[in-house]
Amino acid sequence: MIDSNAIYVVWLREMKRFARARSRVIGILVMPLFFLLGLGIGLGSLISQEIAGGSYLQFIVPGIIGMALMSTASSSGFSTIWDRQFGFLKEIMVTPNSRASIVVGRMLGGSTTAMVSALIVTMVSLLIGFRIQFTIAILLAIVFMLLIALVFISIGLILASVITDLQGFGMITSFLTMPLLFLSNGLFPLSQFPKVVQEIAYFNPLSYGIDGIRGALGGVSTLPMTTDLGVLALFVVVLASIAVYAFSKSEAGV
Amino acid sequence: MIIETKGLTKQFGNFKAVDGISFGVSEGEIFGLLGPNGAGKTTTIKMLITLLAPTSGEAYIAGADIKNNKRKVRENIGVVFQDPSLDDELTGRENLQFHAILYRVDKSKREGKIQEMLKLVELEDKADILVKNYSGGMKRRLEIGRGLLHEPKVLFLDEPTIGLDTQTRRHMWEYIERLNKQHGTTIILTTHYIEEADYLCDRVAFVDHGKIVALDTPDTLKKKMGGDIIALKVKGSPNVAIRKFNRISWIKAAAIHDDLINLTVENGDRRLPEIVIFAQKHGIAVISTDIRKPSLEDVFIKYTGKTIRDEEGNWKDAMRLRHAAWSGGRK
Repeated sequence: MIDSNAIYVVWLREMKRFARARSRVIGILVMPLFFLLGLGIGLGSLISQEIAGGSYLQFIVPGIIGMALMSTASSSGFSTIWDRQFGFLKEIMVTPNSRASIVVGRMLGGSTTAMVSALIVTMVSLLIGFRIQFTIAILLAIVFMLLIALVFISIGLILASVITDLQGFGMITSFLTMPLLFLSNGLFPLSQFPKVVQEIAYFNPLSYGIDGIRGALGGVSTLPMTTDLGVLALFVVVLASIAVYAFSKSEAGV
Repeated sequence: MIIETKGLTKQFGNFKAVDGISFGVSEGEIFGLLGPNGAGKTTTIKMLITLLAPTSGEAYIAGADIKNNKRKVRENIGVVFQDPSLDDELTGRENLQFHAILYRVDKSKREGKIQEMLKLVELEDKADILVKNYSGGMKRRLEIGRGLLHEPKVLFLDEPTIGLDTQTRRHMWEYIERLNKQHGTTIILTTHYIEEADYLCDRVAFVDHGKIVALDTPDTLKKKMGGDIIALKVKGSPNVAIRKFNRISWIKAAAIHDDLINLTVENGDRRLPEIVIFAQKHGIAVISTDIRKPSLEDVFIKYTGKTIRDEEGNWKDAMRLRHAAWSGGRK
């Protein structure tokens, strides 16, 4: 059962908190922007070789957008743990609204904040020389961004239903997200790597998302974009269902 | 009966936190669950408000089953939790607005209702500052206002005045009373403050080790004690002295509490000289005496054998819980 009022409240609350917590916004954006400037301009100037038919900057921007989405989105599990620890979750849990609506509200809230950070990264990269091939393809890129956000929000929510302390959650997400970034095609093409690594990358949802964004914005993707879209959507459906289930089952730490 | 429980039980491992509790609350009543920390009050409340599934037993709120009709139960209740449950990063008004939307308070009535509640809990001028800047008493008041915002049939107050200073506590009692009178809200509260239960509650249930050991109006409970209480301070061991006093047939009850011997008798003022004479004859040196009517506290001592704020009792209960948790409930 879907209660739109609950979805709206949970989303609105996330927005208000996001807008008020400036340090959080900056904290989330700092890493991707450092990567963008450091790798995109710094390292990029040393790489004369063309990668996938373009400059290194052209290659790396979708990767960093993916990274920004991943870190912002997975941190939305953080607010679940926060709410449990500081009691607000109980207040939501005794209201006559379905658990699924609360999860959906969180997903929408998390994807909105993730999209904001992804679009900021995109705009900064346009300023430093990133070029978009087809303007209309931005819409397609946004779809990919949204799917990446949903994948990592779901992962964050699943983790949050198991892990109860904030520090533990912070550690596990950074343990998880860093390897996922390096074992994707985000920062460098995986074609130089052993076969095993390349095969592992096939299980990494981030690879499909970044490949999709690359295809949409730059016009070059490793896999067909329909494959990227299909696989990523499948990840979303499976992980989001697990997230809803896990949240409904946990007794909210009460 | 707007609330009805039958043999409500919650077991954690082998430890029964709530052990077959049965009671009924009628509409418009203020009903209290009184007991020391760890007696099972909060666990009982958590089951009634659908946050914890009972191991066995039944409970109905406004006719809805807490196990199979959670949504209906939730629609009819308001809850003020023992621990804070506000969003600190929002203002007081926003906390109320979100609550109103979550409970589908009609949009046309929403702002008016919020204003009314802010007025009731005297937070009108503080409504638009962030809750993290509120004092403890203000937070508590906001929570009570929030719990009432959607006009629930039943309001659950779990230790509503815990951690408040005496003055704020008095204030809170007045709010709770007013609410009950003006809105006819049924209120069920837990407390470990005897005076709170005595002042507020129409009926009180004493909870100890997960069970209800006595249930009635505070007045009846006190009257059932019968007569007066004579408290004696004696030289030497009160244990030896109490054994001697127990031989007197007209002493209804004898208990030691805080090194004082409490004797329950009829017509205390006439019996006191006899007691002193008896003491002299039997070599008990009485240092001081005191006569009073039984308080709810005396009733509590009678049924549980300990004071409610018995620190040792609390400590033992806490150890019992911890032990149960560590050993998987082996007791």
